[in-house]
Amino acid sequence: MALSGIQIFKYLPKTNCGKCKFPTCLAFAMKLAAKQASLDDCPDASNEAKEILGAASEPPIRLIKIGTGEDLYKVGEEAVMFRHEKTFYNPCGFSRMIKDTDSTDNIKLIISNLNDFVYERVGQHLKVDIIYIKNESGDKDKFVNTVKLVQAGIKRPLILDSSNIDNLKAALDICADKKPLIYAANEDNYETMTALAKEKGCSLVVTSIQGGLEALSVLTEKITGLGFKDIVLDPASKSLSSLVQELTQIRRAAIKKSFKPLGFPVIIFSGRYSDGDRLLEANISAIGVSKYASIIVMNDTSREIMIPLFAMRQNIYTDPQKPMQVEEKIYKIGEANEDSPVLITTNFSLTYFIVAGEVENSKVPSWLVVANVEGLSVLTAWAAGKFTPEKITKLVKESGIESMVKHRKLIIPGYVAVLSGGIESKLPDWKIQVGPREASGIINFLKNYAA
Amino acid sequence: MSFTIPKEIYSGKIKEMSVGNGDKSVKVGGESTFPFLTFEGEIPNIPRIAVEITDVYPEDWADPLKSVYGDIMKDVSGWAKYVEEKIKPDMLALRLIGTHPDRQNRSAIEAADTVKKVVDAINIPLIILGSNHVEKDTEIIQKCAEAAKGKSAIIGKAQEANYKTFAAAATSCGHSIIALSDLDINLAKQLNILLTQSGFPAEKIFMDTMSSALGYGMEYTFSVIERIKIAALMQNDTMMQMPIVNDVGIEAWKVKESKDTTTEVPMGVMWEAITSMSFLSAGGDMLIMRHPEAVNIIRKTVNKLYIK
Ligand code: B12
Ligand code: SF4
Repeated sequence: MALSGIQIFKYLPKTNCGKCKFPTCLAFAMKLAAKQASLDDCPDASNEAKEILGAASEPPIRLIKIGTGEDLYKVGEEAVMFRHEKTFYNPCGFSRMIKDTDSTDNIKLIISNLNDFVYERVGQHLKVDIIYIKNESGDKDKFVNTVKLVQAGIKRPLILDSSNIDNLKAALDICADKKPLIYAANEDNYETMTALAKEKGCSLVVTSIQGGLEALSVLTEKITGLGFKDIVLDPASKSLSSLVQELTQIRRAAIKKSFKPLGFPVIIFSGRYSDGDRLLEANISAIGVSKYASIIVMNDTSREIMIPLFAMRQNIYTDPQKPMQVEEKIYKIGEANEDSPVLITTNFSLTYFIVAGEVENSKVPSWLVVANVEGLSVLTAWAAGKFTPEKITKLVKESGIESMVKHRKLIIPGYVAVLSGGIESKLPDWKIQVGPREASGIINFLKNYAA
Repeated sequence: MSFTIPKEIYSGKIKEMSVGNGDKSVKVGGESTFPFLTFEGEIPNIPRIAVEITDVYPEDWADPLKSVYGDIMKDVSGWAKYVEEKIKPDMLALRLIGTHPDRQNRSAIEAADTVKKVVDAINIPLIILGSNHVEKDTEIIQKCAEAAKGKSAIIGKAQEANYKTFAAAATSCGHSIIALSDLDINLAKQLNILLTQSGFPAEKIFMDTMSSALGYGMEYTFSVIERIKIAALMQNDTMMQMPIVNDVGIEAWKVKESKDTTTEVPMGVMWEAITSMSFLSAGGDMLIMRHPEAVNIIRKTVNKLYIK
């Protein structure tokens, strides 16, 4: 939990020596509280102060990294319960389950599907983020061979799951440099597991055999007591209803109570509660996206399951203060040509998507000119003075639309009909046409327009 | 450090509403905690599902929806019966889309006639929805409400420009109202205040804060719902304690992705299910849905969440 300047001041030497480049210890403390200075700048700070202030400045949920280099996935470091309070920060990772009992051919097929599946949405390239390899067989060679097969076929961060430490060690012998997440430490094996994770520099899932969050937190305290903190929690909840409740309890304990033993990201397995029903599994994953899971392991990652989940994750993890935007440019919809209608709208991704969708549904090929108004909706941008005749004139002149169409007719959103006079006086060659207010009217409007 | 379950204390409670008559009547809302969190409050009613049908053949519906129903969609009472018997939702939502001036521009009398047919065909509670054309809805709602008089139906959607007409129609025929606002917590509250100040009972208002589809502004709806529930439950704001209805089907099936039928299960089914699930996670009390398979997925999930 963040400390105030006064609280921090208590731990400083109070000599006002000025070595930190601040006139007084109190001034320095204030800067520390505002996170505009680092305790390292005070050479005389005691070890006690370093420990207490260090712990206080740690995020309530630890940042955990899986993988390395280009294949690095970060989870954790969340700071709020509700996305409108600030933002959900590190998007949860979707992880595909591969079991070593599966046939080689089947595993190859899964890998090639995962490689082929990259989906572009609002400028992001989305794919299944992490691969989970489970030593279902209990056999060392099978496990190692599966890890080899996956490594040879695809570049993604890995999670390695085995209840046998020797098997894990053998698998890590071939991929420890890729820093996979290891599954899992429990009451019986945590000492060796922690030693292994420490040695290999990997993060470690912790799960309690006894079950419940009390037992889980006792276990993580033992592990952090061994000097190891790169932990991911598996609450191993018995039912879906206890899973969603425990996810909330963990997040609350970490954020609102600064309860360190649960201040870690959480991994969930949607398939544990779905009775083999892949659509139910997908829907359970959706709960995980909005309600505090950091890694979601799934047995099925088909397109019709992942694409909605990607969209949901984008929605939930957008910064509520900074709307999603699309690029300012001319978008071609259908086989638009030099006679096609020209419409203008703003670059708020929601506005763009709705309008582009309706234009597309009208089946009338069109040009959609999108103005950069810092991601505001039409009315908001207008009210904020960002969607103005000047802005629109500049865009028409500079976007190149004048060389793309023969006609000079521009359709503006109905809600900003008041702009038409202003635009026409600045763009005398152009005729401004006021479209419908709601995007739902665009289909009819364009159909009649074209006719 | 030892672990204690961090609990919230809720000072407010969502109003519990009753819709329909007799053994098919349905209770909605009544919760005194955030979704799923039965360890710190009561959730007496699981989220309810209404399935949508339309008064005229919905040309514009996506193919996977049309193929589920086929020709049944051409006969409104047959369609209503089919939904009640085969999909078994808690309620039926009849959308009078044919009254829209840009569609068939059906009259109040024609619309009321359709309502009557549907009322006669089903036993489950009915939601009567206009076409969201403010003036046209104002014109038809009284007659439509009368056609279902005494059935404790829900009529919608009342907006700031026509709420008085809706309130009068609902009061004279014993119905509840869905009040629609524009994705803004203050506007939602404002409309509830206007309705109650006009004498309409708060116990008969459902809130629709405008649902946007997954990928198309879902996050706005999501956060508006969460903020309303925080105000209702934690700040005991009585003008925010109305159950929330999410009109999901119409939004989810409109988006580009839902037109993709190249996958084993049509993308639209998952789009509708996951949009619905998002709103239930935020605090939605009732869904208006379209595809039976999406309904099925939600029902299975809800059963696992709430029924021990
Ligand atoms: C969310 C919101 C905000 C968010 C911004 C979100 C964003 N990215 O834009 C925030 C909180 C930041 C905000 C701020 C402000 N807002 Co504001 N905001 C809204 C709200 C609730 C929703 C806007 C929205 O997302 N609409 C959805 C999108 C998709 O709508 P749209 O872009 O207009 O597109 C639709 C149509 O225009 C049409 N369309 C779009 N393009 C085209 C193109 C063509 C050719 C055609 C035919 C049609 C068409 O299709 C779309 C769908 O139907 C509205 C109220 C409302 N419900 O409209 C107020 C609203 C727009 N805001 C308003 C105001 C005044 C402001 C502020 C100036 C101050 C304030 N009161 O908060 C500031 C200004 C911002 C700034 N930076 O200075 C007023 C504007 C009033 C007016 N008529 O002038 C509104 C209407 C609220 C109100 N009733 O007072 N706002
Ligand atoms: S360097 Fe340390 S002791 Fe010196 S003034 Fe700064 S905070 Fe105080």
